[in-house]
Amino acid sequence: MARVRTGVRAMGAVLAAVLGASLVGCSSTGGKRAEERAAEAAEGRSAVSTPRWTFAMVTHSGDGDTFWDIVQKGSEQAAAKDNINFLYSHNDEAQQQAQLVQTAIDKKVDGLIVTLAKPDAMKAVVAKAVKAGIPVITVNSGSAESKAFGALTHIGQDESIAGEAVGDELDERGRKKALCILHEQGNVGHEQRCAGAKKSFAGTMQNLYVDGTNMPDVQASIEAKLQADRSIDAVVTLGAPFADAAVQAKATAGSKAEIDTFDLNAKVAAGLKEKKLGFAVDQQPYLQGYEAVDLLWLYRYNRNVLGGGLPVLTGPQVITSDDADALAAYTKRGTR
Amino acid sequence: MSGTGQPAAPAPAPAPSKGGADERLLRTSPLRRLLGRPELGSVVGAAAVFLFFTIVADSFLQASSLGTVLYAASTIGIMAAPVALLMIGGEFDLSAGVLVTSSALISSMFSYQMTANVWVGVFVSLLVTLAVGAFNGFMLTRTKLPSFIITLGTFLMLTGLNLGFTKLISETVSTKAIGDMEGFESARKVFASQLTIGDVEFKVTILWWAALVAVATWILLRTRFGNWIFAVGGEADAARAVGVPVIRTKIGLYLGVAFAAWVSGQHLLFSYDVVQSGEGVGNELTYIIAAVIGGCLITGGYGSAIGSAVGAFIFGMTSKGIVYAEWNPDWFKFFLGAMLLLATLLNAWVRKRAEATK
Repeated sequence: MARVRTGVRAMGAVLAAVLGASLVGCSSTGGKRAEERAAEAAEGRSAVSTPRWTFAMVTHSGDGDTFWDIVQKGSEQAAAKDNINFLYSHNDEAQQQAQLVQTAIDKKVDGLIVTLAKPDAMKAVVAKAVKAGIPVITVNSGSAESKAFGALTHIGQDESIAGEAVGDELDERGRKKALCILHEQGNVGHEQRCAGAKKSFAGTMQNLYVDGTNMPDVQASIEAKLQADRSIDAVVTLGAPFADAAVQAKATAGSKAEIDTFDLNAKVAAGLKEKKLGFAVDQQPYLQGYEAVDLLWLYRYNRNVLGGGLPVLTGPQVITSDDADALAAYTKRGTR
Repeated sequence: MSGTGQPAAPAPAPAPSKGGADERLLRTSPLRRLLGRPELGSVVGAAAVFLFFTIVADSFLQASSLGTVLYAASTIGIMAAPVALLMIGGEFDLSAGVLVTSSALISSMFSYQMTANVWVGVFVSLLVTLAVGAFNGFMLTRTKLPSFIITLGTFLMLTGLNLGFTKLISETVSTKAIGDMEGFESARKVFASQLTIGDVEFKVTILWWAALVAVATWILLRTRFGNWIFAVGGEADAARAVGVPVIRTKIGLYLGVAFAAWVSGQHLLFSYDVVQSGEGVGNELTYIIAAVIGGCLITGGYGSAIGSAVGAFIFGMTSKGIVYAEWNPDWFKFFLGAMLLLATLLNAWVRKRAEATK
């Protein structure tokens, strides 16, 4: 008993010490306080008085994916504005994703937003939704299948076209030998991006697979490749978090390669500004989420359909150091 | 054999020879004793892998490549050493991979939210990480459930907490950049700096790795706690009967894993300054594999810390050697698996020969 009490007292002392230290050991630079000082009060409230419809979005995102986080932010903002009750769910297993769509149908939602990363697995359940009279919009992946499956429209970027934009940009920058870093082996969209870049790039391009869940391994692999082949003068990563690892790998390997990337985040914006990165290709995930909800609302309210049967493209937008400054604030709050 | 100056494959630990009072030691020659060490097979395996890549990959033998391979090995090896000790003690830890991420997230978010000097966050993270280790140990010894189940539970809970808390606090799935905060530079020196020797850059994680392996080896071979580890891993009931504090030993082993996870986590944070909350899943297996390649038995009671270092080194050499060799990347995982299997088979074969000559 006495021992327990000493234990509790010791723990209390440690806690007190930590709290005390955190008060004494304050940082006068950066941190939350700096953010709060800079923050603007922008409260979202609905701009319309339409009934409170329920829209569901089901994606193929894995847990904790930066990209899908931004998509979700776009959706939520549009939902707040359009007086929509917005439900989000995701699973990176096709079968599980289909089951999630089924639960949305069971809930009799007023609109459905799905991704078709694995179209075959989603075909039946999307057909079911359409049959149940739920308007469906596809986003991000599945531009080829969207119409055939009965969706109103598709909002996203064509991965091959985005890849080709990278190839063209590399040509323009006079690059000769590039490396495409794939952080998820077997991801169709990733393969399409690298294939697209390879197609339009006049120089040669090689693929390198890395383990996306293990950042030091990503860095060491890129390092190894740059050491093995000194003639590589461009490295293209397919996700924003990997660009920084590539920058560090380049430094350690003593390589002169230019680092370019798909997607944006705060670090990439800073990297572009400091010219550590050449360019970033953005497919504007915020727009994918925002537009999907907004277009569903327009359909419910006014039977409007955008795109005229063709996909609505949100990218590729090539961003260089010239644009980085203007975007930095948005990447920091996580909407670009 | 492996004497090309590989720091990770040194001659096996000095056997306690100078004392010389034990009759079991008097009768065996030094060579025999060397052959009996658990990591011997893996040292031979490492030498084979090293030779192989020296032949097939031109750039593998460059000095700068050595820095890269050692870095890749060190990030695995830092965790593999305490995981090996835990396995010798007869237990698993499936939460080790995500615990690394948790530890990095805690330091980053605590410092940021409190606007505190980052060292405060680093210290808080140490406490919380050790608490998770203690939780694993307590749950295991209290419930008597297999460690596989307990740590699987912790693994899933931590994965959820990492994401949930990060989103709750930072409103995105990665943490905010803390590179401009006070204390960052000094912390980076400790956890993520580079040392340039000649024109080769070595990451400081290599030093952490060497230190952890040295401490683990010392504990295992020279302390009473080391004997307890072998005893509880071999036969826990018998160990308890002769007075070994089984509970304390097992909790201690989990604390060791937690400490290493803290070191790895801080490295992650201070080298990239932003942490992705979804990382680390799957790495726990890599640590276990490194320990097994290094001669630890999955059933416990046998193995060594140096072996885990050799195992990590084999892993680092294989995964990067394939890149240096510029093989078709579509087959990457296959090559990795095949090389590891071969290294482990060679390891087992050598050990069998060594035991046969006893």
